[in-house]
Amino acid sequence: MSEKNGRYARLFDRLKKNKEGAFIPFVMLGDPTREASFDILRTLADSGADALELGIPFSDPIADGPVIQTAAGRALGAGATPAMCFDVIKKIRERHPVLPIGLLVYANLVVGSSPEAFYRLASESGVDSVLIADAPLETDPIFARFAERENIDTVYVVPPNADDDKLVKIARVCRCYTYFLGRSGVTGADREMRAPDSRAMELLRGAGAPPIVVGFGISRPEHVRSALMAGADGAISGSATVAIIEKNLDDPGKTRVELANFVRSMKDATIF
Amino acid sequence: MGILSGISGSDGEFGKFGEFGGMFVPEILVPTLRQLERAFEDASADDAFHAELDGLLKEYAGRETPLYRCRNLTRGMNAKIYLKREDLLHGGAHKTNQVLGQALLARRMGKHRLIAETGAGQHGVATALAGALFGMETRIYMGSKDIGRQAPNVYRMRLMGAEVVPVETGSASLKDAINEALRDWSESYESTHYLLGTAAGPHPFPTIVREFQRVIGREAKSQIMEAEGRMPDAAIACVGGGSNAIGLFADFIDEKSVDLIGVEPAGYGLDTDKHGATIERGRPGILHGSYSYVLQDENGQILESHSISAGLDYPGVGAEHSFLHSIGRAKYVGVTDSEAISAFAELSRAEGIIPALESAHALAFALKIARESRAPTVLLVNLSGRGDKDLEHVMPYIRMEG
Repeated sequence: MSEKNGRYARLFDRLKKNKEGAFIPFVMLGDPTREASFDILRTLADSGADALELGIPFSDPIADGPVIQTAAGRALGAGATPAMCFDVIKKIRERHPVLPIGLLVYANLVVGSSPEAFYRLASESGVDSVLIADAPLETDPIFARFAERENIDTVYVVPPNADDDKLVKIARVCRCYTYFLGRSGVTGADREMRAPDSRAMELLRGAGAPPIVVGFGISRPEHVRSALMAGADGAISGSATVAIIEKNLDDPGKTRVELANFVRSMKDATIF
Repeated sequence: MGILSGISGSDGEFGKFGEFGGMFVPEILVPTLRQLERAFEDASADDAFHAELDGLLKEYAGRETPLYRCRNLTRGMNAKIYLKREDLLHGGAHKTNQVLGQALLARRMGKHRLIAETGAGQHGVATALAGALFGMETRIYMGSKDIGRQAPNVYRMRLMGAEVVPVETGSASLKDAINEALRDWSESYESTHYLLGTAAGPHPFPTIVREFQRVIGREAKSQIMEAEGRMPDAAIACVGGGSNAIGLFADFIDEKSVDLIGVEPAGYGLDTDKHGATIERGRPGILHGSYSYVLQDENGQILESHSISAGLDYPGVGAEHSFLHSIGRAKYVGVTDSEAISAFAELSRAEGIIPALESAHALAFALKIARESRAPTVLLVNLSGRGDKDLEHVMPYIRMEG
C-alpha cells in the first residue's frame, strides 16, 4: 500500500482505537468562489472533519439533487475549472498533510482532458481517492488502471439494490473505504437515509471490504449515530453541509461559524 | 482509437459500438438497466411479443406508412426525392414506433409508471398516448424553454393524462430533461420504466431504440425497390439524438451502395457557437450514460446546443452514430435554421405536406443534393414528423399574406 492511500488506513486505525467513527463532510470546490472555498475547507478540517470529500463542479450532475446541482452552478459561474480545483486541494494538502482527501467527480471531467492528465493532477495535488459518480464497477476498469498508476484509490458506491454478487465484487476492488448509500435516489437532505442494511454490511466485511462509510440523506447527528449503530465506520454529509454555504452566501464569517458548529455536532455523534 | 477503447472488454456485452456506447450511469441504475436488457432479449425471442407489437403498429399506429415520391418539389431536377411518411404515423412522428415497443417491455417487467424526457414534445406525446393506452401513470420531463416553443404538444400530453413537469435547470431544454428523468429513475426504478426516446443514453437503450425504429428503413427499402427497382443513392435523416436516423439507416448499413447521411442542426452556422452539430463540432466524451460525441468545452463541461428545432437541440448523439461516423459508413452534415425554414416552406407549398422542423433539416440537405445532381439520382428522406406543432414557432420567420 502506498504512502498516499495509507492516509485512510491510518485514519480508520486511529478511529478504531479511540472507538470513534469517521465524519466526512462533502463540499463543492470553487463554491461559492475560489478564495471562499479554501476558507471553507480549512474550517471543515479545523472543526474535526476526519477526511474531506470534494466535488469538482460539472454541468450535468445526474446523481445530484438540487442543493449540490446549484452549488456546482455557483462554482462554474464563478469560473471554477478542474485546474483551479486542484490548486485549492494542493493548498489544503500543504496545510493538512495527513488528512485523507477524496474526490467525487463525473466521468466526463476525467475524460474531458485525458484520464492520464486527470489522475496525474489529482495525484500531484495530494488526492487520495476518486469516486466517479457515473462510472459503475462494470464499466470502470480503465479508470481504475489510470488511478493505480498514480497511487490513487478508486471508490465504488454500494447501492441499496446491490445483490450479493455485486457486494462481493465491490468488496474485492475497494481499498480505502466503501461508499454505502443510505438510500436510493440522488443526493439531498430532504429525504432521510433509511436504517442501513446490516446484513449487506456484514457481507461486505466478510468479503474483505475496507471501512464502510454511509452517504446520502445524512443531515443530522442522529443519522450519523444510526449509521454507526448499524455497523458503519463513518458517515458522509454533502447536501446539509452545502446548504449552510448556500444559506449564508453574503456572510462568509457566518458560513464559517455555522460550518464549524455543524461539523462539531456531527463529529460528536461519532464518539461512543 | 480513443482514450476509452477497450473499456468494457471485447465481447460486446455492454452495448458497445466500436469504442462508443457503454453504461456510464450511477451504480444504482445498473441493475435496472440489466433488467431491461434481459426483458428486451426475452421479448425479442418471443413470438407473442412480436405479434402484439406488430398488431399495435398496424391497428393503432397505422403502419405501414407510405413512401411518397415528391411530384412538384424536384421539377426540373435530375433527382427524385422519396419521403418516408412517418409524419402520418399516429402521434405525428416516428416516436410512436418505439414507444409502443418499450411500453410493452415495461408491462413485461411489471412496471406501472412511465417517465420520459421530451424536446420537441413528439416523444412526450408518444409516451403519453402509450400511457393512456396501457393505463400507466405517465410523467414527462420537458425543458421550460421547450414548453414555450411547443405549446400544442404540451396540451396534447396533458389531454392524454400525462403530467408534464417543466425543467428549469441548466439550459432548460432536452439535455436537462434527460438529467431530470435519470434522477427520478434512480429513486423510482422499482415501479417505473424510463422510456428514453432517443438513440443516445446508456446501454441497452441505443440498441432497443434502433431495433424498434428499424421498421422505418425495412419498409422504405422494400417500398423503394418496388417503386424504382433499385436501392436509393442516399438515405437522409435528421440527427438530434438520432432515433429516426438510426431507424432509417439500420437496414441500409449493409447496402454499401447507399450513402447514409445524417443531418445535424447547424443553427446560426457551424462556425458560430449556436448550433447542435455534435458530430461535426464536438469530440468524444461521456454524457447521459454513453461514450459518444459531445459538445463540450476544453474542461469537459457540456455546452448548450442551439437549434430552431427543439427536437434536434441536444449536445449529445447516439453512440451508434458516432461509430458509423468513425468508420466512415455514414456522413454527418449541417443544415442551418434558415435553410430548414426554407425547406419547411418549400415542401408545404410544393406538395401540401407540412414537415416537422426537425425533418425539414433532412429535406433541406436532400434538396441541396437534388439541385446539384447531374445524373438521375434517387434520394430517400425520412419525413420523421409533421409540422403542426411548429406553426406558431415558424410564423415570425415565414410571413403569410392574403
